Amino acid sequence: MIHQIQALTPDDLPRIAEAEKAADNAFEHTIHVCAAAGCLSQHSDQVQQQLEHSIQDYGLTYCRVKGVGCMGLCSAGPLVSVRPEGTLYRSVTPHDALAIIESLSGEQVDRLVCPTNRPFFTQQTRIVLANSGEIDPERLEDYIAVGGYQQLANVLNDLTPGQVVDQISRSGLRGRGGAGYPTGLKWATVAKASGSRKFVICNADEGDPGAFMDRSVLESDPHRVLEGMTIAAYAIGASEGYIYIRAEYPLAIKRLHAAIRQAERAKLLGNGILGTSFSLNLNIRLGAGAFVCGEETALIASIEGKRGQPRPRPPFPAESGLWNAPTLINNVETFANIAPIIANGPEWFAAIGTERSKGTKVFALAGKIVNTGLIEVPMGTSLRTIINEIGEGIPDGHRFKAVQTGGPSGGCIPADYLDTPVDYESLTSMGSIMGSGGMIVMDEYSCMVDVARYFMEFCMSESCGKCVPCRVGTVEMYELLSRIVQGRASMEDMEMLLELCEMVKATSLCGLGQSAPNPVLSTVRYFKDEYVAHIANHICTAGQCQFESPTQEVQ
Amino acid sequence: MVQSASKLSVDEKRRRMVIGTMRRNGYTPDALIETLHTVQSAFGYLDDTSLHFVARELHLPLSKVYGVATFYHAFTLKPEGHHRCVICLGTACYIKGSQSILQAVTKDYHITPGETTEDGELSLLTARCLGSCSLAPAAILDENVVGNLTPERALTELEGLTKS
Repeated sequence: MIHQIQALTPDDLPRIAEAEKAADNAFEHTIHVCAAAGCLSQHSDQVQQQLEHSIQDYGLTYCRVKGVGCMGLCSAGPLVSVRPEGTLYRSVTPHDALAIIESLSGEQVDRLVCPTNRPFFTQQTRIVLANSGEIDPERLEDYIAVGGYQQLANVLNDLTPGQVVDQISRSGLRGRGGAGYPTGLKWATVAKASGSRKFVICNADEGDPGAFMDRSVLESDPHRVLEGMTIAAYAIGASEGYIYIRAEYPLAIKRLHAAIRQAERAKLLGNGILGTSFSLNLNIRLGAGAFVCGEETALIASIEGKRGQPRPRPPFPAESGLWNAPTLINNVETFANIAPIIANGPEWFAAIGTERSKGTKVFALAGKIVNTGLIEVPMGTSLRTIINEIGEGIPDGHRFKAVQTGGPSGGCIPADYLDTPVDYESLTSMGSIMGSGGMIVMDEYSCMVDVARYFMEFCMSESCGKCVPCRVGTVEMYELLSRIVQGRASMEDMEMLLELCEMVKATSLCGLGQSAPNPVLSTVRYFKDEYVAHIANHICTAGQCQFESPTQEVQ
Repeated sequence: MVQSASKLSVDEKRRRMVIGTMRRNGYTPDALIETLHTVQSAFGYLDDTSLHFVARELHLPLSKVYGVATFYHAFTLKPEGHHRCVICLGTACYIKGSQSILQAVTKDYHITPGETTEDGELSLLTARCLGSCSLAPAAILDENVVGNLTPERALTELEGLTKS
């Protein structure tokens, strides 16, 4: 039980893991119920309650129910998995609870079964999501039972900070927040920076619409992120840290708070971690709904209690960040990769993925696709595998038109490029970016000009207003795109739009403005005929845009 | 006008929540955003009195407090209605037709996003992404996420909400 865990020493970890496994073995069956936001919004909590009631009613002592993190296939929620059989049930309602309990001593409930021999389950490589759907995110013991905090103990006992940085560098891990900066290099810069006070920050301000990877990781396995942050703090010499998380994620915030409390009580966080002299105090800071705060310097301003406006770099946060102290900022998924790299060695990690993009990437699949949910695949997996096999294609017999990656900073990739491997470089060469991992699939009923306008509207209202190219440019580009979708534009407008794109891209202060033209540029690149059809013929092939009726000529 | 004793105590309780947040953060200026979050969850919006109070307590110019309060989308300076409807305009929802849901609600209740109906029953808001992309198009009605909406279903759900 949580309240019994007191200050731990490294020797306690294997002991707790053993005890947890023994306790687990006392049950013949454990029923996992997804307790992450996707399934919860479809009332998986009621399913869990009903299962518990049924077990009580029957007086069963050989099975138990466990609330776990995201199992991935959100479109089939609420999901329930029976262990050790591994039977997965989909769209479970509280009324199905009895049938599931009764099935434990007999046949599975055929009408609810969700086959797991499909590519959605077989083609994934789960490193970041290894514990999602397996452990109870609200119990520290569950995390320790799967080897949690063991890497932190090893690092503190056996490695110097320099060796930790070296391991991360050799693994080839790159930032998972979007830009793909080498993580080891970033850590080395902060480690080298002079200053007695340093900070480690976890960027959990997942602002891209259509991206929910970080939320899911925090809801499903919060201790993994804390362990990664603590190892990072040790490597760079920080003793204070912040997790900057969107206020829109109440469940993730609640679980993070709980995890921090548990870890502090067990001396896995706070002063004198695991009996050493190393300390790290973590605080949570809530975002307040500003997309630009995903940018490092804006995020820092927001933690300082100011308006989230970026500042010119250099100096980079690695040298002068939060309160002018050297600051390491990594994304949630980056931190979640740290413990496995330490556990299995940098060579193991570097063997996964492509030459320049190592490891796996978590993607949120959404839009016009059969299997929406969360997936993790090795870098270099082709878009075709992700969309047609793992995602099982487009529903209702519609045709694939494009996939949007990278949110408002990314672009739309058409069908011709489906065989491209997904890694940082190839996505950039196609005019998009890796981004944080949102993948929105579109069919022939999506108008590409309208999609470009949608993202421009987003950037326009999210522009912080500090620099002119972004503040004014996004408004002008939005106006031009509106003219096109309403059939009021000329070909000169189109030229002006492209000119503005180049200007805003080249002269904006931060990533928001620099990448705001990407959705326009990529749709112009691959779907120029759609733009021309809108302008010249007032035709929207997707049938989405309503054109203003032509003005009546006076006879 | 003399306020009733019960009204005072409710406000006093809320004020104490705000003071609690500032105290936890050592009354430092960087506690501003955290404090405003507490004000909003306690009072439902950022009222003038609270903004003045927070500025004074944290030793910040009122202009800075107002600047932060208006910069972030999560903060509102207007009280909300009894019920709230937040329509997700994230990419997945957009692709699946959230615009038509927004239009239907706008037309039926004669309010645009950010507004509250005249009778104070319903506030209409939009969100950048609820992260419930598997339920697209989705909305939050009061506290509950409802998914796979159509304009018709959205209106039926709202009717049930405002009449309850």
